[in-house]
Amino acid sequence: MEVGKLADAERAAPDAVAAYGRDVRKRFVALCVLALLAAAALILDVVTGPSTISPLVVLKGVFDPSALSTAQQAIVWQVRLPYALMATLVGAALALAGAEMQTVLNNPLASPFTLGVSSAASFGASLAIVLGVGASFIGSDWLVPLNAFVFAFGSVLALQALARMKGSGVENIVLFGIALVFAFNALTALVQFLSSAEALQQLVFWTMGSLSRATWGNVGALALVVGLVTPFSLLSSRGLTALRLGEDRAMSFGVDVKRLRFLSLLRVSLLSATAVAFVGAIGFIGLVGPHIARLLVGEDHRFFLPASILSGAIIMSLASAASKAIVPGVLMPVGIVTAVIGVPVFLLLIFRNGGRA
Amino acid sequence: MTGLSVQDLSAGYGGRPIVEGLSLPSLDAGEVVSVVGPNGAGKSTFLRALAGLIPAKGSIRLDEVELTSLSLADRAKRVTYMPQTLPQGVALTVLETVVAAIRATPLGGAAFTDAQAVERAFEVLQRIGAEALAGQRLDRLSGGQKQLAGLAQALAREPRLLLLDEPTSALDLYYQLRVLDLAREAAAERGMTVMIVLHDLQAAARVSDRIAVMAKGKLVAFGTPDEAITPDILAQVYRVSARVQRCDRGALQVMIDDVLTP
Repeated sequence: MEVGKLADAERAAPDAVAAYGRDVRKRFVALCVLALLAAAALILDVVTGPSTISPLVVLKGVFDPSALSTAQQAIVWQVRLPYALMATLVGAALALAGAEMQTVLNNPLASPFTLGVSSAASFGASLAIVLGVGASFIGSDWLVPLNAFVFAFGSVLALQALARMKGSGVENIVLFGIALVFAFNALTALVQFLSSAEALQQLVFWTMGSLSRATWGNVGALALVVGLVTPFSLLSSRGLTALRLGEDRAMSFGVDVKRLRFLSLLRVSLLSATAVAFVGAIGFIGLVGPHIARLLVGEDHRFFLPASILSGAIIMSLASAASKAIVPGVLMPVGIVTAVIGVPVFLLLIFRNGGRA
Repeated sequence: MTGLSVQDLSAGYGGRPIVEGLSLPSLDAGEVVSVVGPNGAGKSTFLRALAGLIPAKGSIRLDEVELTSLSLADRAKRVTYMPQTLPQGVALTVLETVVAAIRATPLGGAAFTDAQAVERAFEVLQRIGAEALAGQRLDRLSGGQKQLAGLAQALAREPRLLLLDEPTSALDLYYQLRVLDLAREAAAERGMTVMIVLHDLQAAARVSDRIAVMAKGKLVAFGTPDEAITPDILAQVYRVSARVQRCDRGALQVMIDDVLTP
């Protein structure tokens, strides 16, 4: 439509105020549908598995453990539930981290994976696995995730430091993140080169991203982080929405962009570092979760952030279920599955939307 | 006294001063002032410093309040800056962007509910004749339409000082004139002081009460269009040989005869 034609009163928009109200209601409905889908995907993940327990028995056992045999209790309560909840939480954490990163760095390709957080975590984990380097005062179960967390958190803090340096724009932060990816990948390769065959196998498995390290302890830790961080993300939604219009505009509307970006990247650090520390590098969720959310509800962050969380949770749960079902009896690393099923879905969404993600 | 006064303002980037020791005679509330000058003269830096987007030394008083001592949020209740850059790839409708501008930080008084913000946003879009854009996504608009959306965002905050950085650069002739008229209306009806960076000297003369001519970070001339746009000043600032005259209907016209070689 040409600008000049706007003067034509006949072409005036239908009641845009009413349309806005309808859009808001539609987005609420979209969030409700996503929440239901997330619950359904979680249930599907819980009832899927190599053992022959029927889905109905599994569900009954979730609410009433005494209905299960001891072996079944172990499968449902020590494996299925923690794995499934970990999948949901990791999906939610990475997608929220990706959504915030994409907004504060004004880059649709920003995600914990593309900007080096996962690579840093892999390097931290590889040091712990291969060299046993790390905080030695903690138990060995926590050594690898803690080291992964320290390096992942450190990498985002390094991005932060650059963000606060005089005159460095967000483009530089993105470039610096890409440099981090290459640097940590090279360092991880060096550690692999120096490691024993046994440690190498463990390390390669870790870098693929797997839910098999889920325990109630680390599910609880991630739930705590997601639970604590999410409200602060949602409280920042007005500032983040304004930031989509550009840094100068947001500042001119009174948004303290430096502070907003600092706090947002701090949340991103906590979310992504905790998630990758427990499950390893899972590359796709932080990128695609926000894109799906954007297609569904737009970029009003009141809706965009929760939609990203739910989209991430859904994809991750489905990927987790698929990882158990693709090859019967084999639990494939979920990181492989997220990429295999996620990329085509992502491309389909982009093409269906005329190339506008 | 209401209005704007700027004394000894210096601002720049990364320790490199762009605007140095700039002082402006007092501007009245409701006055429209164009800022003109060659590329790199510091016009945008000057406006960004007034808006508080970059650190600045000196005094900026608006309605007897020293702006440099206010927080960004408090300053944003009084000043709005519309930058010349256009947002890219934004999945928000125009109406949503105007609502986002209104609700980004409190505008003073009671906080806006979503419904009140939407009503105000739509009223502003109607006022500038862009209501047909309300439901359209920003990332599907032309540059000119985005500029209109940006103007609506700025006007919707009803600032005391409205700073427009090349607001007409992507607009067709009709909308160039329309946007400048809207700036005048905002000044006259709502008592805003409006500063507009423009490259088109005739448009500047048409819209402005007074014109500030800048070069190399300093104020070279300030006055009514007839005082600020003269052959001598154009030769000094733009290095052109030009004639300036009023046509028989009173509009100021600049006719360039030659480019002066250094």
